[in-house]
Formats: sequence, C-alpha cells, structure tokens
Amino acid sequence: MAYLELDRVAKQFGAQTVVDDFSLAVGKGEFVSFLGPSGCGKTTTLQMIAGFLDPSRGAIRLEGRDLTAVHPARRGLGIVFQSYALFPHMTAAENVAFGLEMRRVPRAERAERVRAALAMVGLAGYEERYPRRMSGGQQQRVALARALVIRPSVLLLDEPLSNLDAKLREGMQIELRQIQRTLGTTTILVTHDQNEAMSLSDRIVVMSQGRIEQIGTPQETYEQPASAFVSQFLGKTNDFAATIDRTNASARLVAGSWSAPAPAGFSGPVTISIRPERIGFGDAGLAAKIVTRIFQGNHWLFQCESECGPAIVIRQNDGQTQPAEGDAVRLAWRVDDMSLRAGGAA
Amino acid sequence: MSAAADTAAANAAATADAPTARAPWALAAPALMLFIGVLVIPLAMTVMLSFHDWGQYKGIEPVFILKNWHEIATDPYYAEMFWRTFRIAALTTLITAVLGAPEAYILNRMSGRWKSFFLLVILGPLLISVVARTLGWALLFGGNNGLVNKLLMSLGLIGSPLRFMFTETGMVVALAHVMMPFMVLSVWAALQRLDPQIENAALSLGASPPTIIRRIVMPQIMPGVLSGAIIVFSLSASAFATPAIIGGRRLKVAATLAYDEFLNTLNWPLGAAVATLLLVALVLIVVGSNALIERRYAEVFR
Amino acid sequence: MRRNGPLALTFHAIFVVIMVAPIAVVCLVAFTPEGYLSLPTNGFSLRWFRAIASYPEFVHAFWVSLGLGALSSFVALLFAVPAALAIARYKFRGRDALAALFLSPLMIPHVVLGVAFLRFFTSIGMGGSFAALLVAHVIVVFPFALRLTLAAATGMDRSIEMAAISLGADGWTLFRRVTLPLILPGVISGWALAFIQSFDDLTMTIFLAAPGTETLPVRMFLYIQDNIDPLVTSISATVIAITMTALILLDRFYGLDRVLAGKSDTGR
Repeated sequence: MAYLELDRVAKQFGAQTVVDDFSLAVGKGEFVSFLGPSGCGKTTTLQMIAGFLDPSRGAIRLEGRDLTAVHPARRGLGIVFQSYALFPHMTAAENVAFGLEMRRVPRAERAERVRAALAMVGLAGYEERYPRRMSGGQQQRVALARALVIRPSVLLLDEPLSNLDAKLREGMQIELRQIQRTLGTTTILVTHDQNEAMSLSDRIVVMSQGRIEQIGTPQETYEQPASAFVSQFLGKTNDFAATIDRTNASARLVAGSWSAPAPAGFSGPVTISIRPERIGFGDAGLAAKIVTRIFQGNHWLFQCESECGPAIVIRQNDGQTQPAEGDAVRLAWRVDDMSLRAGGAA
Repeated sequence: MSAAADTAAANAAATADAPTARAPWALAAPALMLFIGVLVIPLAMTVMLSFHDWGQYKGIEPVFILKNWHEIATDPYYAEMFWRTFRIAALTTLITAVLGAPEAYILNRMSGRWKSFFLLVILGPLLISVVARTLGWALLFGGNNGLVNKLLMSLGLIGSPLRFMFTETGMVVALAHVMMPFMVLSVWAALQRLDPQIENAALSLGASPPTIIRRIVMPQIMPGVLSGAIIVFSLSASAFATPAIIGGRRLKVAATLAYDEFLNTLNWPLGAAVATLLLVALVLIVVGSNALIERRYAEVFR
Repeated sequence: MRRNGPLALTFHAIFVVIMVAPIAVVCLVAFTPEGYLSLPTNGFSLRWFRAIASYPEFVHAFWVSLGLGALSSFVALLFAVPAALAIARYKFRGRDALAALFLSPLMIPHVVLGVAFLRFFTSIGMGGSFAALLVAHVIVVFPFALRLTLAAATGMDRSIEMAAISLGADGWTLFRRVTLPLILPGVISGWALAFIQSFDDLTMTIFLAAPGTETLPVRMFLYIQDNIDPLVTSISATVIAITMTALILLDRFYGLDRVLAGKSDTGR
C-alpha cells in the first residue's frame, strides 16, 4: 500500500494551471525526486504536500488519511528549504530544539535528541553557534537536523543543495543518502539538477509545465526516456529524424547513411534518441563533419554537423588519437543504445 | 496588536495564495479605524469648518456660506501671502538642490569612515529642534554686525549688511538649512543605486570628468534630486516654525497665517479655509509633479 | 572610484561649516555671561544653564516631550506592526489605497493636521488634554513606524516562517517566537524615527498643547516670542548634548546604521 499518495492533484492560480493531474504513490522509506526546470510545478507540488498551498483539485493522503484537512503545523512533516530558513536569532541547538519544544518534549529528552541530531549531521560541538557564523554547508546540516529531529513521517527537501558549491554538493549528496537510508525516512526531493536526482533517488518524477512526463528509476528515465522532453532534460542527447523503409523484404530503419534492421511496432517517420557517449566514430554510418572539438579532461566533446542536423559526440579520453576539427567522420551506434519514438524530431 | 497579529500570523503562510483572504483586513482594521476616526473625520470637519460663518462676538456659526472662500479669492492680501509662501518654497528647493546634490555626490566618493562621519554631521541637524536651528541663523546674521554680514562685507561680496529678520531672504536661508538633510538623503539614496563601475567604464571610453558628471552621473541621480525637491518643496511651503520666528507677525506665510487665525484672531472658519487651500494646492502640486517625473524618468525609476 | 579633487573638498568644507555653524553658534551663545544674546567675548559662564533650574516649566516640558515621544511611538507600533504585515504579505484589493492612507500624514502639512486635530478634539470635549496630544502624535509618527516595519517584513525570508509552521508553531507562538524577532530591527528603527519625529514636532503640537501639556519645542517657541535672552540657547545646547549622548550610546550598543536603515542582519 502506498504510504504517501497524491491522487490527481491540481493547482490553479487564477486562470493559470500550475500543476495538473498529478498522481503518485510513494512507498514507505522511498526516496523520490521531483525533477524539472523552474516553473514546472515541482515546488508547488511540494508546498501542497507541506500544506502551505491548498490543492485546487485532488487529494493527498498519508497512510490513507486525508492530509489536506490538516493544518500545516500539525502535519508532522520535516522540511528543508532552499534558503535553509534557519531561525537567525537562535543558536544551532535552539533551532533544532524548536520543533521538539512545540511538541512539548520534556527538557532532558529534548537536549538528548538535539545532541544526537547534531551529531548525526556531523555538527557535534556546534550547538551554541548562530547560523550567521556558520558556513553554507553547516547551515544546511542544521536545517537537516532540525527537520529530522522531530522524526517526520515524510522529509521534504526543496532544492536543499543548490546553494552549495559543486564539491560540497557532491559530499552532501552522499551523506544525505546515507542518513536517509539509515533512518529509513520517506523523502521527497525537489530539484532541477538531474545529477542530484539520479544519484539520490529510488525513483524520479520528471515534470514539465505542471505535468508528469515520466516516473521511473534513474536508469529508466535516462535510458528509456518517455518523451523528447525527458531525453533532452536528463543529460545531453541527440535526436535524429529517421524513417522506416519497407521497400525491401526486411524493413530497415534509416537515418541518412546510417541504417539498421527496423524494430517491430513502428512505421513512418520516427525519432532516434541517442546519448552522445554512446556514439562512436566508425567506417560506416551517419556522415558528419567535426565543427569544434573541446577537451574536457576525462573526455572529449565533439560538435558535429551531420546529415541529420547537429550532433554531439562524447569520447572517453583513453589516450587514443581523436579526429580533428574539420575531419569528415562517420557516426555509428548500437541499436540497443538508442531509444525510438514515433513521429518527427522534436 | 495581540489578537489580530495572533490570528494573522497563524493564517499568513497558510492562506497566502487565497486571493480574497480576510486576514489582511483583520490585521489592518485597527489602524484603518484609527485613521478614519482621527484623521479622515477631522480633515472632513476642517473642510466643513471653512464654510461656516464667524463673527467677533457671535463666534462660529454652523451655516453653509462661501464668505471665507470669497474673502480669500478677492482680497489681494491672501493672493500675495500664498504667492510668497510658494516663492519661498521654490527658492528653498532650488538652493537645496544646487548645493545638496553635489554634496551628496562628494560625500558618496569619500572613503568609509569619513563618509559615515560627515553623513552624520549633515543628517544630525534633523535631530535638533527647528526652533534652535532657526535661532542659530538669527544669531549668525544678528542685526548689522552679525558674523555673516561682517564676513560677507570683508570679502567684498556685499556693500551693506543683509537684513535677515523679517525678510524673505532670512526665511529662505534658514529654511534651506533646515531642509538640506532631506535633499542630501534623497540624492544619496539615488547614488546608492548607481553602479560605481559605471564611472570607470565612462572613463575607459575616454570621457573627461566634467563629461562624466554631465552625461553619466547627472541623468542617473536626477530622479533623486527631483523626489528630494518634492519633499523639500512641500515641507517648505507648509513650514511653520522658521517663518514664524523670522517673519514674525509682519511677514506671513500660509502656515503662520492659519496659526494666527486659529489661536490669536480666533476666526477658525477663515483659518480652516487657508489650511484647506494650502492642503489642496500642495496635493495638486506634489501629485502633478510626481506624475510628470514618473513619466519622464519611467525607465530610470525601474 | 575616483577621489574628490581639491575643488570638491573645498566645496565640502564650506558646506559642512554652513551646516554646523548655526548649531555651533547656539551652543556658544549659551555660555555667554551677558544678559542678552551675544557671543561669549567676556569669558565663559554657566549662568544660563543654571537659569534653566528656575524655569520649572521647561524641565516639565522636556519630560512631556520625552514621555509623549516614547508613548506615541509605542502605540503607533501596536497599530503599525499588524498593518505592515498585512501590506507586506498579502495582495488584496485596496492594498495600495490602504498604504497611501497610512503614509498620508507625511504628505499633509502639519499645520493642516494641527488645525484639524484642534477642531476635532475641541468638538468632542478633549481639547488641551494629554490624550488628545497622544492620539495626534500617534497619527503623525505612524508613517515612520509603518515604513520601517514594512521594509523589515517585506525583506523577510518567508520560508523561515514556513519552517516554523512545519515544526508545529502557529498562532501567537509563531508571531512571538519567530516573526517578531525577525522584524524586530525594523520595529526598533521605526520606534526610534517615530520618537524623533514626535520629540521635534512643533507645528502640529502647538495647536493642541495647553499649559501643562506643552512640549519642549512648544515651550521654547512660545518663550522666544516674548523674550530675547540666552535661556533658549542654553536649553537647546542641553538638548543637543543629551541627543548626542543618546546617539553615541545607541551607536555603541546597537549600531547607528542599523537604526537609520532599519537594517536587519538577521533576515536574508
């Protein structure tokens, strides 16, 4: 049975629909990310779960109980905000203790739980610090401890890592995942960062313009994107217009000079979607010319002009000689690596 | 505060998206009631009062007549008095703008500690009673052998001592001093929005310092000067203490005239008419010039 | 940024001298040993400072001003804080009009306010009372209390309040424990500016003050209408000294820039 359930939830501001027909069942202990560009409705959805916004339609249930009738102060959810939203006039310990105070937890137990929570996020000894005297990463940890110490039924994370620099972000991702695994807290993360969503989540909900584009594991959404939007948003991708040619006995899938046996179930114009790291330079295949070649340390990035329009190719820097700018090349890939959608290129 | 803030703070976040929330009105209700009861009604009563009759022995008669307004409209004494009021205000505004804007600019270019020190020196007078500041000017000019007159004469700037008490010159000088902090503050605020690199950019493009001031700085601080001018003008036109101390009974402006009608002559209806006219004239001038400025500087204000 | 040239610095020096001169001259004259207004050329004397003691009405007026300023600013905040919260966080029909009404005492000439209040309070039988003076001052200082509270409430990170709600705080607890502490710098600055405004007001107050409720500016103004002697300068000098001491203390313990800007280093 679903632990947290969103049932055809929609939100309208005036005539504008910000979230539409959002249905999702989250299992207990699961880590789910809402991923999408800004304005896709992911934060609005989070705010509806938190209770800061009321859904225009649909229901939100926690363990079968309707949540929408519950005041946000009584939902018992833990929230970490993008700005951390620490209470600037309270020390780290007072921040963490606040939720326990509201729950009238006895003083001694409160102190113990605050200490444990701060220790868990690696901030033992920082109890008396004020937020403004802490680094962004430390503030982030206090915010996390504050949200977790009340033992929330669901942990809501609103872009929690976006204000950290790249190095710190990676470290926090690993730590966040470990803490979540240890505590088994059901978690929803809102992010626009696909790497973050992929490395943290059990499942990803890809959103665009208020609608769900795809729900799946990180691998599913990356390798079998359900729409052009998903494939474009999750990493770089190449979309080539192709056709199914049935003139011969065996039907073939044709894109420029590249062709392969046609898979079943498709006809007419289709779109081939192929990740740049899955394309190789070969003797046969799509004819292309290299426009620019960029060295990026562990890999090379090629921008090419192919028969089917612009193409991006990424090759590992494995010490092999790579084609130069202006070289004519052939682009080839394995049929298993691409995904196919009906219709023309997006 | 307690009850209203209580419910409000509670509902604030939760109902922030409800377009027709009752919460803001509940919060603002006490203040709104206060303002209607103790500001709107008294102002309305004052306007009403200006239509009442008054006589030396019968006092105020609550009838509706145009006597006071007719008197103000026909007696050249009032026209001259209002003309003087606005002439003084305009001159004061001009002086504060011409001196205050460059000073704010110079101040803004000073280094940190000097900047805050001099800002305090220039804004500090705001904390000191207008009565004391005006008295200071009276002392400085102090008749024919006051400090300022001696100084100006020894510099050869004037041949004979300037008369200060009971003159418009005196009022303008003292008012300009009283109002100067408002102008400096207003231009200062405009300068804070200025990107300090812009001047360097102009310099790198080959502009000379005078050109930079004329072409780069001036246009950008103009909104600050103008909004400062509106503040200074309206405050000067309604100033009471300075004109009362320097002009005395002899040289009246709108505010001192209204004061005399109310507290000396006791002709309240006439005083109310003078006050109403001052209010209406100022509101028209301020709203009008605001609209003009906003249209002219629409882009800069954004 | 470029430095100021010699011309600019000369201008600045003259400007500062002119700004300070009238105040300095008042303070100097206060020390005159003569019985009339003059610069103390025959040595310094404290006789006019001692003279203050023999005018108890001035001392009384000072306390009236102080109490009136403190009380009216506080009362104004009781009304202004909820109003500022309403204006800062809700979009509703009539919001702009409401803000304009609350700020209107800035636009209305004080002489008009004085006339209106005199007429109003006399007609309801409150003429000359301290209560009337208090209510009038609440209206006059309200815009200052409102503006700085409004700035603090607008600049506040709303997610801090949301965090508090999600942790179980609501109603009065939320206001007392989170919202008020967050806007407190603005509220304090609003109080300070309101106090100054009330303390210095002459134009409006002179219409309402009666013997016994005269404020210091009113008493000084009425005094120099009839007397020309250095008493007013020694009183001014004393008030200036008190003001400067208060400013220095304020700067020491709180930070002047915070008061002036209503700035909060706690909000984001």
